[in-house]
Parts: sequence; C-alpha cells; structure tokens
Amino acid sequence: MPSERIVGIDLGTTNSLVAFMEGDTPVVIPGDDGLNLVPSVVALDERDQIIVGNSARKYLIETPERAVYSIKRLMGRGIEDIQEELKLFPFRLAADMQAGEVLRIKLGDKTFTPPEISAFILRQLKRNAERFFNAPVTKAVITVPAYFNDAQRQATKDAGRIAGLEVLRLVNEPTAASLAYGLDKKQNGVVAVYDLGGGTFDISILKLHDGIFEVISTNGDTHLGGDDIDNLLIRIALDDIKGDMGLDVSRNGEAVATIRKAVIEAKIALSAQPSTKLDIELSGGKRYQREITREQFEQLAQPIIERTIGPCKQALKDAKLKPEQIGEAVLVGGSTRIPKVRALVEDMFQRTPHTDLNPDEVVALGAAVQANILSGGSTATENMLLLDVTPLSLGIEVAGGVTDKIILRNSTIPASATQYYTTQVDGQANVAIHVLQGERELAKDCRSLARFDLRGVPPMPAGMPRIEVKFLIDANGILHVSAREQRSGKEAEIEVQPSYGLTDDQVESMILDSFDYAEEDFRQRQVIEACNEAETILAALDKGKKSPAWEQLTSDERKQIAKLQKALNQVKAEDDYEAIRRAIDALNQGTMRLAELMMDSAVATALKGKTMDQADLGERPQAGHPVAKADFE
Amino acid sequence: MPGEATSTCWSCGTMRAVHFCSACGKVQPPVPADYFTFFALPRKLSLDTALLEREFYVLSRKLHPDVYAQSQPQEQEWSMEQSSLLNDAYRTLKDPIKRTEYLLRLEGVELEEQSKTATEKARATGEVKKQVVPPDLLEEVFELNMQLEELRMQKKMGEDDPALVEELRKHKSNLEEKYEALLAELKGHWNQWDKLVDSGSEDDRIKVRNQMLDLLNRRNYIRNLVRDVNEALEN
Repeated sequence: MPSERIVGIDLGTTNSLVAFMEGDTPVVIPGDDGLNLVPSVVALDERDQIIVGNSARKYLIETPERAVYSIKRLMGRGIEDIQEELKLFPFRLAADMQAGEVLRIKLGDKTFTPPEISAFILRQLKRNAERFFNAPVTKAVITVPAYFNDAQRQATKDAGRIAGLEVLRLVNEPTAASLAYGLDKKQNGVVAVYDLGGGTFDISILKLHDGIFEVISTNGDTHLGGDDIDNLLIRIALDDIKGDMGLDVSRNGEAVATIRKAVIEAKIALSAQPSTKLDIELSGGKRYQREITREQFEQLAQPIIERTIGPCKQALKDAKLKPEQIGEAVLVGGSTRIPKVRALVEDMFQRTPHTDLNPDEVVALGAAVQANILSGGSTATENMLLLDVTPLSLGIEVAGGVTDKIILRNSTIPASATQYYTTQVDGQANVAIHVLQGERELAKDCRSLARFDLRGVPPMPAGMPRIEVKFLIDANGILHVSAREQRSGKEAEIEVQPSYGLTDDQVESMILDSFDYAEEDFRQRQVIEACNEAETILAALDKGKKSPAWEQLTSDERKQIAKLQKALNQVKAEDDYEAIRRAIDALNQGTMRLAELMMDSAVATALKGKTMDQADLGERPQAGHPVAKADFE
Repeated sequence: MPGEATSTCWSCGTMRAVHFCSACGKVQPPVPADYFTFFALPRKLSLDTALLEREFYVLSRKLHPDVYAQSQPQEQEWSMEQSSLLNDAYRTLKDPIKRTEYLLRLEGVELEEQSKTATEKARATGEVKKQVVPPDLLEEVFELNMQLEELRMQKKMGEDDPALVEELRKHKSNLEEKYEALLAELKGHWNQWDKLVDSGSEDDRIKVRNQMLDLLNRRNYIRNLVRDVNEALEN
C-alpha cells in the first residue's frame, strides 16, 4: 500500500493554498469552486456554520461583524502586541480579554482564538485535498514567514493540530519558494528570495549546492505587506469622503469593507495600467468617485515599500555578501506584482528578478516539494535537502535585565546551546529562567518566549548544584528545553509557561470543539449529497413517466411509485440525510420494473436487476462517497 | 579515529561508528564528543574549511530530521540531537575565531566565564568595565579617546569639524588594518600549536595557548574601539 500523501500548505495572510507532488511536478489542488486560491477569510453564517474562502467574502461586506480576514497577523501575539493592528483592522476582540491571554476574536456572538480561525482555513484545504484524492489526508507541511518567532510558529502548529493535521514540518515561506524554483534549475549559486505578501515580508539568502538549499541569512518584518498599502488607501478614501462629501463612514463596517474591496481592486489594476478609477457606492445613493494614477499610488506606497530595504541590507550583511555576489533574485508574494516593488528589488540586487512562477502559488508548490522530500522523495527531489536557519537570536535574561544570547540568529537548525545554573540560597529548590527571542540588548526589548521554573533541585548549599539546561531549536524553528542537575544526576522538572500560546490542554479541547463544527459540516455535506442524488432519480422518473413503458405498468404499480415519489419529495425538504437515503432506496426498488421495461428488449435482458437511476446511464454522477469521513477516524 | 566507539548499534547489534551503524546504517544516539571528534578531526587549528563544508554536507544528508520524517519517534529524536550537534560543530569550526576560542576552552581556558564575571561585576558596581590596553596600542588609544571626546563635545554643541572626522576615519582604518593583521598572526600560532599537539611539552603548549589568548583579547579590544569610533561618527 502506498504511504499516505503528505500535502503542502501555504497558510497565507490573504490567500491559502494546498498543493501536492504529482509525479515530478508540484501542483495546486483547486477548491470545489475550481479556484486555486482560497481566500483566508472565515465567516459565521446566520445558522452559525463556518464558511471559508470565496464564499465567505460576501460576509465581509454584508455582515462584517461575523467575518474575519488577515487572522495571520494575530497568530502567536498578545493583546499588548496588536494595538497598532486594532487601529487598522476590523478585528473584534472578546470583551473580557485579559493581558497575557491568548487572543479571542468575535464572530457573531461566538469567540475563537487565532489558531482556531486558522484551523478553519486549514480544514477547508484538507477537505479540498481529500475531495481531490478521494482519500483521507492527515499529514501536512505548512509554511510560515521566515521571520515568525517561536510563539507564531507554535500557534501555526496548534492550528494544524486543531484542524486534524499532523504538521510534519513548518517550512519558511521564502525557502519553500526556492525549492519550487530549484526543482528545474538544479544549479549552484547564491539566491536572494524577496517575499512580500499580504501581511508579512521576508528576505532570505540561500546557497545552492548540489541539491542542498542552505539558508545563509534571513530577515524580515512579520507585520508588513499589501494589507498596509490597502489600509493607507482606505484612510485616504475615508478622509476624502469626509472632506468632500461631509460623510463620516469610518465607523460603518459595511462601508469600510466596500471601500476596502474597491481600493484593493484599484491597487491590482494599477500594476497593469497607468491609472484607474475608484467608484464606490455609499449608502443613501451617494457615490465616491476618484481617479488615481500609478504615480500617485507609488508615491503613497513608497514609504511602505521602502521598509523592506533595511531587512534586505541586514540579510546581506549577515551573509557577509555584497549585492553583486547574489546570483539570482526571486520574487514571491502577490505584492511583488507592484512595478515599484520590482524596481526596488532590481535596484537592491542589481539584476532582473525571476518571476517565472506565479508569486501567489510558488510557496505552496515549494511546500509540496518539501512534503515529497519528507515522504521519502522521488526522482525529482532526490538529493534535495533544506538547511534552514533560526531568524532570531535566542537569549536568557541575566542580572540587570540584560539578554545573554545563547543561540545567534541565522544559526542552522536544529541548533542547541547548553547553559549551567546554580542556586543563590542554601537548599533552594527552584530556579527561574526567562527565555527571550530577539536582537536587542535589554530583556524588556526582546520577545518573551517563556518562563521556566526548574523544580525539585536537590537540597544543597548555595552555589553547589550544577543544573545543566539544554536549549534546542528543532527543524521547525521551535524551542525545546530540558534540564538536569549534574551533581545528583537528577532530571529537574521543568514547568513551562509560554508567554503567549495555548497549553496542550487548551489545544486538546479545541480539537474536540472542532469536531462539533466538523460534525455539522459532515452532516450538511451528507444532506447536500443525498439531495443531489434524490434530484437525479426524480428527474429520471419524470423522464420514465413520459416513456411508453409507463403505460405498461399496472395501476397499482403506478400508485405505489407515486407514493414513494411523494415520500422522497417530502423528506428531501428536511435535513435528515439518512431518511433521504432510505426514501431514495425505496423509490429505486419500486421503480425497478419500470427501469427494466424502459430498456429495449436486448439491453433489458443484459441489464436485468438494475435500478432506475442506474438504467438511466450517463446522467447520474458517480456515487460520491463522503470524503471527509476521515475527519473522524 | 572517532569512529572507533565501543558501543553497539541499537538496531542490529553490530559494533558501530559514532553517528551511524557501520553495518545497517541506522542513526545512533549521540555520544558525548567534542566538535573536532564529531567531524573525526584531530584537535588542530589549521583546517581545510572547504573540506569541512563537504563533510558537513555529507553528514547533513544523512543526519537531518527530514531524512527521518517517517521513522520511529526515537530515531527522529536522535536525528534531531545528532544534527543539532553537527550544526553547532560546523558553525564553531568553520569560523577561525570561534574555532580558536573553542579549542582554548577545551584546553581549560574559561573564556566566557572571564568576561561574564567581569561584565557582571562592572554592572553591579556601576563602573565601566576595565580592559587592559595592549601596550603597543597605548599611545594610539590615548589619542583616539581624546579625539572621540572632542567629537562628542562638538556634536553636542552642534559644531562640525571635518578635519577631526577625517582624523578619526584614519584611525579607524588603521585599527581595521591591525585587526586583519591579527588574524594572520593568529594563523602563525595555529601552526605552532598544531606541531605541538603530537609532540610538544606541556610547557610549550601552555605558552602558545596563552599567546593565542592574548591575541584574542587584543582583537576584541580593537573591535570595541572600532565600534566606538563608528558610533561616534554616526551619531
């Protein structure tokens, strides 16, 4: 039996995709709407059902309080980190949010954490893949911005678990993109990957060497992307509307969502044409119209685009390379379609960047390549190996509130460091350790990852214990800690208190909660499928009634069929899929003779025993087995 | 040879090499080893970094967790530990300074502790951490500090003295030259050390060891000076 397929998922700020390796080529799996991109929009409909993707987009405008976008910006963050975000994005936090707690976002009158909302998107992608393969999918590689910190990575992993996916690896997005490019290039040299997406910016510099993709340095900004340009344009439109028309619609969620949609369309149009028109219909029949030229747009966007320069320079410096030593530059992310962004990259790396692969899809394709590598590889990925780095230094708070760095940024992962601790007081049983991530000197300026309490240190005079604490950053960029008291050889117990993040228990309970939604989903899909089947057989029956065979039936047989038809029509209006299926079976049985009669004599003999819908060859779709059943296994 | 470990493979029972079983090829739990041993290298400082890189790639292909994604949890764990050791070892050995510092530490010099204690003491007393000025730099450092002070004063007053800035730039490039020259000098010590590894007296080794330590300290001192000059010029 072939091993289970591992899919590659790009969980993006604006759009998400799922891809897999078909033979030697990575391909994107489309959704049931036939589209490759699943917008990262989650909505709760009027029946409290979760809607994801394109069909959720209309809720952004119709019921903005029941929909959310760009949730990736909130992954692994605390309330004090997102004050800027709250000014610019219509995130609605639960009223009773406390500092230090995992964020909870309101959709209608329900609340969800960012990992749960991301899990809804992941589950949609999982379902798309299951429909495509007609087989369960439980393992995935998920991409994250290279500059994501430990908490953001952990939150992404949690989202995977909640969605019923075993996350075999978190891969950095620019690195994934380089894998997709590297597939057909197979050459050695230094590559710079510039990835400007909807909400995050990454720059990674890699050395390619006979199939080894070695990241030398990476840098970025996890809160910089196309979203920021949109927000700027929205603000200008709002100011205009207030100034010119005397209307303040900034607190009208529906109006803001309409403006947002319009400015995004304008932004996209301006990548292809020199000017475009904003034409927004406001409530009360008023219209806001404005011509916007590319030049104006570029002037506006310039400060945002220029924020990518600093990280690029730092990445070059860390790699100890000059721009002219970069062999190739690659563009990733939808925002790199903006001509001004391309010009900046060209200027920075002194060469025309590659754009051969669709910048929206290349990360997902790369994730599929990595998934293939993890599942044992194929001829296409033979010899390919990714060596990635940790984007941020790991440190420990020492006396005076200073950060003592123990694993430097751009260290190849897995990476480890060992520190020794002792006690200050006789018989002291606990030692507290504060772990930080970041480049700043002072602990307060770095990101607090966790506070560890070493417990059960054997009683000894002060300074005697020698506690060895091992810090290890795994291949996902996630920290693991273990400790041992060396004089007694006793494993010290560690109590981890992540500064932000879900505990294991919380994740477990969310997995259970998600089953409720999945159960609903499952039931709904069953009902839809059963109804479709009912429609098919009813249509076939209508056709049969017009055929001469109908007249050959006895009047009792005709009455019986009419009764069964009525029963099916009745039950079809309810949402009990099992009852619908029973009624379909009964009608199938009852129309068996009609089906036989409908065949011409020769075929009739051959098809003896076939049921109504089977006899009506060609019209009925293949029996759709519920793909998502695997969700619950 | 580090391959001559005496343990047996957990999987097939054959006597094994350090990282993998020589018979069945399975990854093994890491055994405590220093970074030189990990790469099967003698504890010498002159090192062919191109060769080291090749070896790093070869071992990465075999030890990286990606290779064990479908293996038993225990093997995954070992692969993670082994490849983190590999990465730590490579990062340390490929860099000439880190490599020298690491060797000195293996030889019993407590580099980190030295500076850490000094830093903490300085922080506790609120004093500026004192560093012994290398004698050959004494005169230059004296002059440089005067000029830095003058530049800071001028900046505070909003004045601009291009001649002084030019002087400082000259000092800076002079220091940077010295900094580079120290690396060449260090390589000389490496050769001495490497010769003594196989056949030297303990006293000779300690002598070279201390010379290297002194050189690293001087180098750090110059690096800090250059940083100070940069800060003064930029602000």
